[in-house]
Amino acid sequence: MTTPLILAVLILVAIAVWQLAKIFELSQLSTGKKSDATIADDDDNKYNGYLLFAFLVFIYGITIFSFSKYGKMVLPMPASEHGVDYDRLMWISFAIIFVVQTITQFLLHYFGYKYRGAKGKKALFYADNDKLELIWTIIPVITLAALILYGLYSWTNIMDINDEGDPLVVELYAQQFNWTARYGGEDNVLGDASTRLIDIDKANILGIDESDPNAVDDIIVKELHLPVGRKVNFYMRSQDVLHSAYMPHFRAQMNCVPGMVTQFSFTPTVTTEEMRLQPEIIDKVKRTNKIRAERSAAGEENSDPWQFDYVLLCNKICGKSHYNMQMKIIVESEEDFQKWLDSQKTFGETVVAVP
Amino acid sequence: MAHEAEHHHKETFITKYIFSQDHKMIAKQYLITGLIMGFIGIAMSLLFRMQLAWPGEASPVFKALLGKWAPDGVMDADIYLALVTIHGTIMVFFVLTAGLSGTFSNLLIPLQIGARDMASGFLNMVSYWLFFISCAIMLVSLFAEAGPAAAGWTVYPPLSALPQAQPGSGLGMTLWLVSMAIFIASSLLGSLNYIVTVLNLRTKGMSMTRLPLTIWAFFVTAIIGVVSFPVLLSAALLLLMDRSFGTSFFLSDIFIQGEVLHYQGGSPVLYEHLFWFLGHPEVYIVLLPALGITSEVMSTNARKPIFGYRAMIASIIGIAFLSTIVWGHHMFISGMNPFLGSVFTFTTLLIAIPSAVKAFNYITTLWKGNLQLNPGMLFSIGLVSTFITGGLTGIILGDSTLDINVHDTYFVVAHFHLVMGISALYGLFAGVYHWFPKMFQGRMMNKNLGYIHFWITAVASYGVFFPMHFVGMAGVPRRYYQNTAFPMFDELTDVQVLMTVFALIAAAAQLVFVYNFIYSIFYGKKGSQNPWKSNTLEWTAPLEHIHGNWPGAIPEVHRWSYDYSKTYEDGSYIIEGQDFVPQHIPMQPNEEELNH
Repeated sequence: MTTPLILAVLILVAIAVWQLAKIFELSQLSTGKKSDATIADDDDNKYNGYLLFAFLVFIYGITIFSFSKYGKMVLPMPASEHGVDYDRLMWISFAIIFVVQTITQFLLHYFGYKYRGAKGKKALFYADNDKLELIWTIIPVITLAALILYGLYSWTNIMDINDEGDPLVVELYAQQFNWTARYGGEDNVLGDASTRLIDIDKANILGIDESDPNAVDDIIVKELHLPVGRKVNFYMRSQDVLHSAYMPHFRAQMNCVPGMVTQFSFTPTVTTEEMRLQPEIIDKVKRTNKIRAERSAAGEENSDPWQFDYVLLCNKICGKSHYNMQMKIIVESEEDFQKWLDSQKTFGETVVAVP
Repeated sequence: MAHEAEHHHKETFITKYIFSQDHKMIAKQYLITGLIMGFIGIAMSLLFRMQLAWPGEASPVFKALLGKWAPDGVMDADIYLALVTIHGTIMVFFVLTAGLSGTFSNLLIPLQIGARDMASGFLNMVSYWLFFISCAIMLVSLFAEAGPAAAGWTVYPPLSALPQAQPGSGLGMTLWLVSMAIFIASSLLGSLNYIVTVLNLRTKGMSMTRLPLTIWAFFVTAIIGVVSFPVLLSAALLLLMDRSFGTSFFLSDIFIQGEVLHYQGGSPVLYEHLFWFLGHPEVYIVLLPALGITSEVMSTNARKPIFGYRAMIASIIGIAFLSTIVWGHHMFISGMNPFLGSVFTFTTLLIAIPSAVKAFNYITTLWKGNLQLNPGMLFSIGLVSTFITGGLTGIILGDSTLDINVHDTYFVVAHFHLVMGISALYGLFAGVYHWFPKMFQGRMMNKNLGYIHFWITAVASYGVFFPMHFVGMAGVPRRYYQNTAFPMFDELTDVQVLMTVFALIAAAAQLVFVYNFIYSIFYGKKGSQNPWKSNTLEWTAPLEHIHGNWPGAIPEVHRWSYDYSKTYEDGSYIIEGQDFVPQHIPMQPNEEELNH
């Protein structure tokens, strides 16, 4: 369906371009101008000057268009404690970018239009001005200093992973192409593990050290449940290639590196249920399900109605099914979480005893 | 120094066109090889953009071009990753490093500094032919039985190291590494030659502070290359050893396809450090020559001196220095110590300062000019526009905190395509339009086709990459074969379609350029010796290419290259009737040397 469309578009564009070129060449001939179509003359300067101005309008236009049409598609409000800080810094940076972009693009294109060349015009010999140079060195310095300080302050807070406040300990385990999560169980301590101890026959898929007493009560699951309002310390491992544990709704990401354990920590603040009731999420679900209903009507796959869930994605190229390496995340109340956790089997129960 | 400028030995076809040691011919060889590679690289991007816009749909285009990799015309996930990988490799290294720097450094360094040729014509020839061999190997790797390299252009191990991890990590990856190793050798020989030539072969009067900014940019670029490329070579060699000889530089504790591998003690993070020690300076290796070309083209066409010549040199050097200590911002969430992340945030945001200075200086150069809006000039203005738009989002990505959530998303893809991809391509185009007559014996390209080329490209490239930021902020990771596995990305398919349509249009516009380029080589109108009324020395050389560049003595230099529209106090031009004073014109009586 789309292929003929693309081909048609390509062919039409090619023809249009070719015709335009022809017209340009012919117009050069018929006007009998001396111009040999190599160096800009006054007309070229005039028309391209106008076009530069039009291009400025285009840049502003595409900015406004994108913000109004796509602005609502960006990630919803953060669902973690540090996420609020993250979003604030993000919007401050965006405000600065927006102002600088608007002004500099205006000056660039407006000058291009205003000072378009003409015969007899004289350019100003203006080679330098130390004061100006100083001004536009100092202003970025001050702005950036502020951004750097704020950024480093947040970064230090986010990356300060410690055991204060009884954090929940969770291991995220990556392999081509799925995720596994492991909880410390009753003692909230993860048993030692190494890829060298993996024993598929014994269902020890994470290579947990069976002789480690901390390991017996560990709980291994394929769905990540988190209690709301409690800090979670994540320890990431990978058994084969690089992966990245990306939890966009929580503004959280860390690579999983074979041979080492990486860490990240955040406190979820919004349960899945609460998030589903957010107006922006309700809208998003509505828009999405409309698309999916259309797909369903057309008899296409992947068209079941969608309900919002947090999700963990792989965000480091890891091979063929990289695009579908995911795990559902459910944030719930402490009681629901405990109930769920209690219903799971421990490593001690699932590991197959040597016959 | 007596140079044998008048040797009259007969040149054969082979010594003139193939194994030439003349910098002008080598420049053309680089350009044409680079353009062919660019054609392939862009075509690949169209294929994967089509897959992104219409995921999983069959297309005869895929069937025809991808063969067994598109069963029933549906693109396979492995070949998608391979296309992304090879597109990146080709565009960054073969087009924007060799194609851009190789072309214009070779063409302009001897001509603009007033030298008969490069310091070593022989090394120069070897450099080109190594580049050619590396291109050939890269293209051959596309036909590897199990598929070409597919681990992303950064080829992070273990994915790139283990054939078990993906089919592209077999022979395809070996060829990729061999090709890159040869490419690096080529680049080093070229860079050394540029540095030595600039330092030693400047004509009389051509002090460092009279050099055109093009030469400053090429010179500093070559230094960055010499400092950083060897580190990539070591990374490539160590990776080859891990792959072929069982060493464990980058690998440890791996369990794949049911077995534990023997690797112990290595770290993929080490590879990341080595890769980005080149990888980040590489951005500036690509960008600085483009900015250098812009400085020259913009000043000439604005009929004004470049604003803040010395500040420009300082910012080139500042950028070059900082560029070698910011690589860690690619690794904020790689597992490296967060404190290092703080340091790299600091250095990274610092680099915005010289970049801002450059942008403001370009804008001020336009102010009160007499702008001759030739195609080269439009591409220069376009470069500044995309450099600003793309560069500004760098303050988000360079901030370790903000990087957490946009790292490896389409936000990054949008950022670097604008700031280094499109900007450097614009630099390449500006250079080609401007120096075409210098390369092809005075023949000029058609300006009207140039205008069509520029305007369609300018609109379409914003059309591709501006909306892409929003896809990234919606959390869509890059290098996903399709986004259908996540309903939360469903509504972004429309954006993907829009971007792909613009990409197709942008690519079509490049055909206009190709036509104009080839047509003009043979039938372009012959212009005058100095068509743009430029000050630099290359325009004093005759139209016909001769070995040694100038038939008589090399011109002496008496001033900097930016005396455009310079007047006496009474407002009359220094040379009556012309608004420019070429570098070889001696200071006139009563003229003040305003060399800023």
